[in-house]
Amino acid sequence: MRYVDEFRDADTAHALAAKITALCEPGRQYKLMEVCGGHTHTIYKHGLEDYLPEQITLVHGPGCPVCVIPMGRVDDAMALAAGPDVIMTSFGDMMRVPGSKGSFFDAKAQGTDIRMVYSPLDSLKIARKNPDKRVVFMAIGFETTAPSTAMTVLRAAAEGLENFSVFCNHVTIIPAIKAILDSPDLRLDGFIGPGHVSTVIGCRPYEFIARDYGKPVVVAGFEPLDILQSIYMLMLQLAQDRSEVENQYSRVVPWDGNPVALQAIGETMELRPYFEWRGLGFISHSALKVSERYARFDAELLFSVPGVRVADPKACQCGEVLKGVLKPWECKVFGTACTPETPIGTCMVSPEGACAAYYNYGRLTRQRVKEATQA
Amino acid sequence: MTSDQQSAGVSEASWVRDALAVHEEQTAEEEISRGGHRGSPQPLPGTVREELVLERIDRARRARPRVKEERITMSHGAGGKATQTLIEAMFLDGFRNPLLEPLEDAARLRIGAARLALTTDSYVVSPLFFPGGDIGDLAVNGTVNDLSVSGAVPLYLSAGFILEEGFPVADLGRIVTSMRKAADAAGVQIVTGDTKVVEKGKADGCYINTAGVGVIEHGLDLGVAHARPGDAIIVSGPIGDHGVTIMLARGELDIEADVTSDTAPLNGLVAGLLAATGGVRALRDATRGGVATILNEIAKAANVGVLVSENDIPVRTEVRGASELLGIDPMYVACEGRLVAVVDGAAAGDALAALRAHPLGGQAAVIGRVTADPPGIVQLKTAFGGTRIVDLLVGDPLPRIC
Amino acid sequence: MCLGIPGEVIEFLPDQPDLARVDVSGVRRVINIGLLADDPPKPGEWVLIHVGFALSKIDEAEAAAAMQFLEGIGQAYEDELAALAESRIE
Repeated sequence: MRYVDEFRDADTAHALAAKITALCEPGRQYKLMEVCGGHTHTIYKHGLEDYLPEQITLVHGPGCPVCVIPMGRVDDAMALAAGPDVIMTSFGDMMRVPGSKGSFFDAKAQGTDIRMVYSPLDSLKIARKNPDKRVVFMAIGFETTAPSTAMTVLRAAAEGLENFSVFCNHVTIIPAIKAILDSPDLRLDGFIGPGHVSTVIGCRPYEFIARDYGKPVVVAGFEPLDILQSIYMLMLQLAQDRSEVENQYSRVVPWDGNPVALQAIGETMELRPYFEWRGLGFISHSALKVSERYARFDAELLFSVPGVRVADPKACQCGEVLKGVLKPWECKVFGTACTPETPIGTCMVSPEGACAAYYNYGRLTRQRVKEATQA
Repeated sequence: MTSDQQSAGVSEASWVRDALAVHEEQTAEEEISRGGHRGSPQPLPGTVREELVLERIDRARRARPRVKEERITMSHGAGGKATQTLIEAMFLDGFRNPLLEPLEDAARLRIGAARLALTTDSYVVSPLFFPGGDIGDLAVNGTVNDLSVSGAVPLYLSAGFILEEGFPVADLGRIVTSMRKAADAAGVQIVTGDTKVVEKGKADGCYINTAGVGVIEHGLDLGVAHARPGDAIIVSGPIGDHGVTIMLARGELDIEADVTSDTAPLNGLVAGLLAATGGVRALRDATRGGVATILNEIAKAANVGVLVSENDIPVRTEVRGASELLGIDPMYVACEGRLVAVVDGAAAGDALAALRAHPLGGQAAVIGRVTADPPGIVQLKTAFGGTRIVDLLVGDPLPRIC
Repeated sequence: MCLGIPGEVIEFLPDQPDLARVDVSGVRRVINIGLLADDPPKPGEWVLIHVGFALSKIDEAEAAAAMQFLEGIGQAYEDELAALAESRIE
């Protein structure tokens, strides 16, 4: 079994779609949020919305850790990268995110030493190979990626490396979901729960959503059938008036998460009292920084960063798109001022953002798509 | 540090201001053309608003290209949107003449009674040596291919070398040997050249620039602008081999796989195809930017739609595996020995047979069709049955973690 | 957030207990399995890979159960379609 192709079978998809449609109450509209950027990507990449009845709308949530980094923090990262003898290392996702003065890509064009890495361990390798340089790793991601940064810091400590540090922008998913749930203009019926974050934090952290807000949650995998099955499970809960946390991705997600990973995070990182999220404002206890014990690996302490806040432009309506109140094309600046080349707000910044995904993948109305594919 | 951020020191991004200014202009124009009042507060009904936005995006895409950046970035060389904008706004605009305007892989010239094709290319690949070939192979095959897909029989090449101080002479010898072998295999001769040496730190070892000349012997007028609804789109073999090979060969990703570059001369393949059917409307070789870029060029040049089917696009298992691991899409990854053909629907069968009869075309496949609607847009029917748009990337496909 | 790919563990690296070589569709990479220290994977087992680390083991039993459910749906659908088709021939 390869664990991929089996979950992409089109016939089963039609079957699931039929069952989903059958569960829709006549005249009722359903709004389901998929929190995770990876899910948004799968939905658009495979054209999953074509399988869903008109009554179900998928709302694309704030689960894109790159998109939610405020411009000011990107500026800080660029300032770090520009330092003497600094090699900045970053995932590909970050390379095109613009701060107020451009992106890593632009800085690279002007001669700054910024290198793309696939893993934080690659960053460590660069540090070992360049003892006369100071290597900084731009750490981004939710709890999915934090353990990898944590293990890398532990490794660096074990090896006694003195030229490696982390600019930590890890964010945590639960406060973001809570911020969405608490917004007064919200109309969501259920959540397609994050898949890979859950391998680390488990499924228990979502219980408050079902218990206190009465919304069903299904932790979903990333193959198209995973998502369709999760939607089916959500609709079943709604039809049966249940609100529980279920785990569709049980082949990968353990109910209790990964204790080793959580311990590594606990050892090397601490929660910040608050952090600004692009589009969502300041959220308390929603981000991580390097812990005191490992302060010698904290880039924010080793270097001085400008720390200047760059406000979200007033014209930006990302907050409303993130909460599901607006669809991408309903934002006044979508497609004009705000395009993938000039992304004004978080939703357009990375291909996983709701607006970028729509712009790149889902621009045609269903009508025209039907016409074209039947031609 | 963070406590400071909450209070003072809030600044603004100038590029955001500029983008919003453009938006203001455009909305003002729209209001005037729709005869409405400026700042009309009535929200438009759902589908009407979506249509308006789609139209707006469409207009923006068709607008005159402008290079907004102040400095060249790697995106400008990736073969995607940024490259296209640079070519149109800078070079086409600067050099404008009817022979340049088609922006095909080679220019078609009439000199006396002869119809000739002229092309030029530069090779800056790193690493210089990789599984399946080296920069020399690319230089010869790439130039031969640009001529071939223009419908010309490739004849003569030039080769200009820019060498970095300190570059091993033995390596240069290897490259020259590769070029000789590639030229012999393709039936072309390298008849003139140039040599320059630059200081250490420039030229990544060795850059090669080529020009190629070929003669057009048939009466066909090939060009992507000739694509018509009903035409079939054929690819000559599995895609993405070269780009993935290079990415892995750079060694930074620590991935081992049995992928090799597909660099090869396509003139034999093209000759066989053109001999088998007169229904070929256009040929392109899929280099940087990948197959997706060519599909977009077809859609844009002919103002037609393109609909391809994911299931029909050949991709080697290892290329798919590496792409999944890195989070990139093989449709955007460079090839160096594959062509894309737009062929009259009725001639598709003959075209396919001709390609498959040639060793380089064994896995040729029809991947989709040209449609009338929606014009200028490339759509992909996913293996799963849904549909999505395949747009031009701004720059290189970057590996992602998300 | 979260490009995680399933890969098969091929072998451990002899001098580095934290590292294992995995295979993803014929492509091989060395990854760190330190996050699975409580229950390390054995060669032949599958793990979920994210940025060079194994985050979780893929539970074959759960995967089989998931497939069974999906196949069941597919089969039920086909049965229904067949029944529908038959009922038209009257």
